[in-house]
Amino acid sequence: MARPVQYNTKIKTVEAPEGYSGEGFFATSFDKVIGMARANSIWPLPFATSCCGIEFMATMSAHYDLGRFGAERLGFTPRQCDLLMVMGTISKKMGPVLRQVYLQMAEPRWVIAVGACASSGGIFDTYSVLQGIDQVIPVDVYVPGCPPRPEAILDGFMRIQQLVGQESLRRRHSDQYKALMNSYGIE
Amino acid sequence: MTNEQVKSRLIEKFGEALTDFEESYGMLSFHAPKEMNLKVLQFLYDDEALEFRFLTDITGVHYPAQPGAELAVVYHLQNLRTRTRLRFKVFTSVADPKVFTATRLYESANWMERETYDFFGIDFVGHPNLIRILNVDEMDYFPMRKEFPLEDQTRIDKDDEMFGR
Repeated sequence: MARPVQYNTKIKTVEAPEGYSGEGFFATSFDKVIGMARANSIWPLPFATSCCGIEFMATMSAHYDLGRFGAERLGFTPRQCDLLMVMGTISKKMGPVLRQVYLQMAEPRWVIAVGACASSGGIFDTYSVLQGIDQVIPVDVYVPGCPPRPEAILDGFMRIQQLVGQESLRRRHSDQYKALMNSYGIE
Repeated sequence: MTNEQVKSRLIEKFGEALTDFEESYGMLSFHAPKEMNLKVLQFLYDDEALEFRFLTDITGVHYPAQPGAELAVVYHLQNLRTRTRLRFKVFTSVADPKVFTATRLYESANWMERETYDFFGIDFVGHPNLIRILNVDEMDYFPMRKEFPLEDQTRIDKDDEMFGR
């Protein structure tokens, strides 16, 4: 008699990059294979301060399951993490802390600003709230919403994956990138 | 202990110096000259009958319409035994916002005076560490004063429709 569940047929695997294959070998470029590896094993650092952080907890949990994208390991430390996810209101007093966390992360690193507050200060046009984290650190992807649904966070995450997968290994040595960093006062 | 008893005890001691006695929501409040704030506090603390030994709160108020007395410091006191509460204000000008510190008398005044300095710019003379406490150090204004502009009306980087303005 056939077993009711033989094996999971719904597993999705990452497509192999373009390259030359033959008997016993496969050749491709470093850019592609490293980009593929990085994009599918991102280690996010959640920097959550308010409602968007709660929404992100749902994104991590079973129903939405951020782990499907290879982002299983969430580290609450800049050590070895390569994606900083800033979720919630960042006050001006918090700015230097956020910046220090960013600086402690090793290259290559990416940043998502989740929600209206992290992206623009949101409704808080006050003396104490930073009007967007891009005033202190460079941001790769902005997720709109107040707070955004987990689907939106996943969408932002997948956009980061696209960036990471297609990024040239030399991008961070480019003059444009250096100029961007210098504009934030980062060496 | 009733508010009447507290009031008559205070008038007995300070006479005409204390003004504007009133009871709002059952709580006695009055105004005192700013030079006398420590004398009043000390008397309220020491007096056998009053014994206001708990400083509940210090905060500030900005009255831009009162020239020469724009800033007020509000003291809230409590007698823990009889659960009587009391409030008084001292006024100072915004040009010379100096008020004597209450840190020698009440330890809890330390934090609260720093906060009041942070938001209203009231200079507590004699405070051991009068620096900003909740805001960033490089801030060059006092945000709770009514002269602080609420928001930049000219900014166009936020869509009014999205932010309900």
